[in-house]
Amino acid sequence: MRFSYYAGCSLHATAREFDLSTRALCSRLGIELAEIPDWSCCGATAAHSTSHLLGVALAVRNLALAEAQGRDDVLVPCAACYHRLVTAKKEMAENPRVREQVLKVVGHKFTGQVRVRSLLEVLAALDTEHLGSRVVRPLGDLRVACYYGCLLVKPPAVTGFDDPEHPQSMDRLVRITGAEPLDWDYKTECCGAALGVANEQVALKLVRDILEAALQAGADCLVCACPLCQSNLDARQSHVNRAYGTSLKLPVMYFTQLLGLAFGIGERELGLDTLFVDPRPALAYGSAKKA
Amino acid sequence: MARTGVFVCWCGSNIGGVVDCAAIAAQAATFPGVAYSVDYKYLCSEPGQNLIIQAVREHRLDRVVVAACSPRLHEETFRKVLVRAGLNAYLVEMANIREHCTWVHGAEKERAQQKAVDLVRRAVAKANRLEPLFESSIPVTKRCLIVGGGIAGIQAALDVADAGQEVLLVEREPTIGGNMVKLDKTFPTLDCSACISTPKMVAVANHPNIRLYTYAEVEKLTGYIGNFEVTIRQKARYVDHDRCTGCGTCWEKCPCKVPAEFDVGLGHRKAIYIPFPQAVPNKPVIDREHCRYFTSGKCRVCAKVCPTQAIDYGQEEKIFTERVGAVVVATGFGLFDWSRVYGEYGYGRYPDVITGLQFERLVNAAGPTGGKILRPSDGNIPRTVVFIKCVGSRDEAKGRNYCSRICCMYTAKHALQVLEKVPGARVYVFYMDVRAAGKGYEEFFQRAVREGAVYIRGRVSKIFRDGRRLVVRGVDTLLGRPVEVDADLVVLATAVEPAAGAAETARLLGVNTDRDGFFQEAHPKLRPVETHTGGVFLAGACQAPKDIPDTVAQASGAAAKVVGLLSRDQLSTSPMIARVNEVLCTGCFLCVPVCPYRALAPKKISERLPGHPLREREVVTVNAGLCQGCGACNAICRAGAIEVRGFTNEQLLAEVDALCL
Repeated sequence: MRFSYYAGCSLHATAREFDLSTRALCSRLGIELAEIPDWSCCGATAAHSTSHLLGVALAVRNLALAEAQGRDDVLVPCAACYHRLVTAKKEMAENPRVREQVLKVVGHKFTGQVRVRSLLEVLAALDTEHLGSRVVRPLGDLRVACYYGCLLVKPPAVTGFDDPEHPQSMDRLVRITGAEPLDWDYKTECCGAALGVANEQVALKLVRDILEAALQAGADCLVCACPLCQSNLDARQSHVNRAYGTSLKLPVMYFTQLLGLAFGIGERELGLDTLFVDPRPALAYGSAKKA
Repeated sequence: MARTGVFVCWCGSNIGGVVDCAAIAAQAATFPGVAYSVDYKYLCSEPGQNLIIQAVREHRLDRVVVAACSPRLHEETFRKVLVRAGLNAYLVEMANIREHCTWVHGAEKERAQQKAVDLVRRAVAKANRLEPLFESSIPVTKRCLIVGGGIAGIQAALDVADAGQEVLLVEREPTIGGNMVKLDKTFPTLDCSACISTPKMVAVANHPNIRLYTYAEVEKLTGYIGNFEVTIRQKARYVDHDRCTGCGTCWEKCPCKVPAEFDVGLGHRKAIYIPFPQAVPNKPVIDREHCRYFTSGKCRVCAKVCPTQAIDYGQEEKIFTERVGAVVVATGFGLFDWSRVYGEYGYGRYPDVITGLQFERLVNAAGPTGGKILRPSDGNIPRTVVFIKCVGSRDEAKGRNYCSRICCMYTAKHALQVLEKVPGARVYVFYMDVRAAGKGYEEFFQRAVREGAVYIRGRVSKIFRDGRRLVVRGVDTLLGRPVEVDADLVVLATAVEPAAGAAETARLLGVNTDRDGFFQEAHPKLRPVETHTGGVFLAGACQAPKDIPDTVAQASGAAAKVVGLLSRDQLSTSPMIARVNEVLCTGCFLCVPVCPYRALAPKKISERLPGHPLREREVVTVNAGLCQGCGACNAICRAGAIEVRGFTNEQLLAEVDALCL
């Protein structure tokens, strides 16, 4: 399998470990990634909330470059990037006025043929047995809360690869590692990352609710597929503890890191050491339970 | 040459205020075939009608054109006028210069005048070619088929039978009673649903004019108004109902437990069962799918314990054919399956999120909990109950566009029942609007509010689990802020939708369905119980969501129509139906599948052409009882062999020529 790879800005900075673990995982699975040359911002958050045209144009620029690269599908790990790219593609197909404007602004040829696929969607579509055969270090009965966030599976008319209210794709992948995905109700709740700067009080409450729901369901750790969710849920735990007098300490990892561990990839290669809440005690505990 | 009279009506100022009727009449006098023309203020009035009769006699007119309103309104009136004038009723043609002209072109008087003249010219061209038509008569079989044994079917059956006509009542479940007998109490009077419906069920069973077919379905309906033939398939019950006394030993001893349909999955029944204690007939059937004998070949416990040897594992389904003159469709409703689409309410994964019908069984003294309101998950008494209305109703994105009409009232009733049965209980109702338009309904809703039900205007966005409780998160649109309610039990008012298999029933009975799948009445206001198929009537929620009072009223209405039909010995049929020119018909039968009334069928004729021996071939034939004169066959016939009387090709072409040449 070959993909045009759109990592986006997060994966080159705060979410480096998502990029590392994605590349490590893909190389083991024989998925070839070619980063889109001269890629730019996807238009998330700042751009699309101030100018609709800018939000679409930035995304389309990247898709046009991917088309020029000559590969069929664009692989996007980041949920926000993924959401922007699929939304823009749909907008171009359905809104001729916007399409005309955007093509003028972007100045590249864009046919709309290119498919945008989220990393989660691609991995979940792989053969379960094929993935299972790669597992060299089963994760015991580690109890994992899979957190999809708001952008990956909603709105279904745009994303559409999993159920918008009760998604299962990440749960299926986690089950392959031998860990136990939990049935809990906050899978698609907003984590408040976008309000983290503007109105932190709101974000703190949302983070607390999600983490407490995961703990109540019995989670040893939480996995997600979005750099914004990950940093928000991981780094803000100490703020939450200060604000609410709680003592939350729940490891928040990327699902790619969890899969990578099960595939026997080294902790450093997966960037496990860069997380705020150290997941290693929980992982050791998971293996210990099994032993 | 025809001698046609043209009569232009002012309809007060409706027509006369826009166009110059006298000028239209004067111009009409110059059209070919017109022997006389005149205008008048109100032609449908008594003096107006007499004016036409007098003119026919004085000027020896043999065709009449009335330029006035829509033929749907007054064509019948003027046909009667022609009969009084001594002419055939079908020699009148109407030019609709009101709805088609002055009402819509009031702002452009000159062009309206021109259009009115054109419409009259068209009508004259057709009138000149009209032929006298004659009605024929068909006999009536004095027996009525009623499909569906819910409260609608029961009421219709009793009314028709009381009027002295014979009734066949077909019900697909093992008992009649439908949805109403599952309910606990009925709004707004709170009388016990079973107490008012089971006596009617017994009356049906005992009525000398009613024959009951339970556990049976209509398999085929052929024929036409007054002369239907119905095929009924009765499923094998594996119990000989002539021998069975309904003692109950078999279902006490049966070792197989199955979730009970009657309790909407909340309770259990046995594999040999009666759905509920007052079932009619009060004799069991064996559910072959779950019966241990049928699934594993061993058991036969019921046969061993039966004191009358009524168990018959070898019983086979029975087919009955009957002739009937009228049909009442009363197949009722089903409930929207919320668990398929409402992921935010848990896709049915939370046992304490139930539907309104399940709540009815919970609160019913004969239900699985003996009338105690208990949580399905742990059997505890819920202290806080949240009701969510419009689950699937008025929801274009996930459910149906329409309002289900009954939910506001039964939710108010449920709220009252919780407050009454659980002391200190808290009740919250999330609603979009409260629609309480019915006798005593608003007062009933206000009573629920007075007794302590908290109504929150807004939608619920999500239900979470919080340990053993549920958290209902929604928005209060009156306060303009989000709300969260901790609940022990959540009750969803799910949308009313057509009964399972309604589309198949419609096809079988030749009834149209509306965009939502409910059966289509002939006219939404003036023919609410008739269908477009003559002799087939509608009753109850199969036509649209309805509460019990409206259902019973419509059932009695349908019964009145049936009795009116069956009281006649013969029916006259409209002559404006298709006619086949057998010489031209090639027997391609393209017309047969396009006929929406199934009125066309092949038949054999023998014909002798000069110089050829006698030969047999097939042509199409029209069933005068079924044909409604729609003209679909006329349009598809390649040989031009089918015409509709009153709309012949010659007449239509004359109209086109008059307008376009």
